[in-house]
Amino acid sequence: MTERIRQVISRNIWKENQVLRQILGICSALAVTNLMTNSLVMGVGLTFVTAFSSLTISLLRNLIPHRIRMIVQTLIIASYVIFVDIFIKANMPEISKSLGPYVALIITNCIIMGRAEAYAQKNPPIPSMLDGFFAGVGYTIVLLIIAFFREFLGFGTIFGYDISFASFELWTIMVMPPAAFFLIGTLIWITSNIFAPKNTKKSETGRKG
Amino acid sequence: MFGNGINPFVIFFASILTSNMILSNFLGMCSYISISSEYKTASGLGKSVTLVMVITNMINYLVYKFLIVPLGLEYLRYIIFIMVIAATVQVMELAMDRFLPDLHVKLGIFLPLITVNCAILGTTLFIIIRDYDFLQSVLFGLGSGLGWWLAISALAAIREKMAKNKLPKGLAGPGITFIITGIMALAFIGFSGIFTIT
Repeated sequence: MTERIRQVISRNIWKENQVLRQILGICSALAVTNLMTNSLVMGVGLTFVTAFSSLTISLLRNLIPHRIRMIVQTLIIASYVIFVDIFIKANMPEISKSLGPYVALIITNCIIMGRAEAYAQKNPPIPSMLDGFFAGVGYTIVLLIIAFFREFLGFGTIFGYDISFASFELWTIMVMPPAAFFLIGTLIWITSNIFAPKNTKKSETGRKG
Repeated sequence: MFGNGINPFVIFFASILTSNMILSNFLGMCSYISISSEYKTASGLGKSVTLVMVITNMINYLVYKFLIVPLGLEYLRYIIFIMVIAATVQVMELAMDRFLPDLHVKLGIFLPLITVNCAILGTTLFIIIRDYDFLQSVLFGLGSGLGWWLAISALAAIREKMAKNKLPKGLAGPGITFIITGIMALAFIGFSGIFTIT
């Protein structure tokens, strides 16, 4: 069991990272990453929704008729998103304002539907929940990496704290949309370079062996 | 004169150029990245998104103003919106199949995909947050759809041209698509200042 959990963790966070390897959930990954605090809140919200909707869908997997499963899944996801939205609105009104519609757009985030379709439908509840949880963690990590560069270079702050010892000209472009595209493109480039040579090497050594 | 003092036509042009759904609001990225390798398909998807966006935003606006607000169901609005979108797409598909079979052959395959396109739900939420009136909502939906269509067609055209180019290892596919989109977004920043909506 421990081995399986470790596999689930490494698969979701690294090998099949939802954002960088599967290219899912890009909309919010790009939109909220100009500030690290926003990205963290968004990531935690998405992790919560993915974990619990995977759990619920897995619990109900034998009850939902196959033909209407998409709409049922969407409704389950939407209910959890309403939880998150109300919670953020009540406790962090400023962050809720700057996140705008993107919290509600977790409903149409492909990661959750993807996990539900690919994993939660065929697996027992607890592994499904873990799978959803670590998919969310992988998403959060990518968001924080992008947000770190955008906030540090664009505003000169990290999590809103001023980094006064590093004084440099601020990169206005980092605050604007194009930087998000460039950064995620570069990250995808780096990760696919890390994975591509390894795979060919493995197959080569496999042939030699 | 208008709901919140913004001329609806300013909203229309701004939603195409300065606050483009893809290039400045990052909505509808999933299908934008995955269905943009062929110009014809991309353009077809763009047309159906525009159509669905106008119709669903109209319905969602009316549902919000005359059903959700009077009944005090604001906390259920996301569920209601997503149901309206799913139902509208379903009805549109049936109606198209019955009355416009040619169009259904061309656009029908995209319709089920559009239900989960975040640009559709996104425009509805922007309308609610920014408190638009009916005409503003319709023109905002139309403009956002056209802007989405413009962006995906431009990207698909560029990708078709560079399909055979040699790229650094690992950059082919999504990596270069994002970088092209970044350059497109950079170009669209040139429009900023002509129209502004927030």
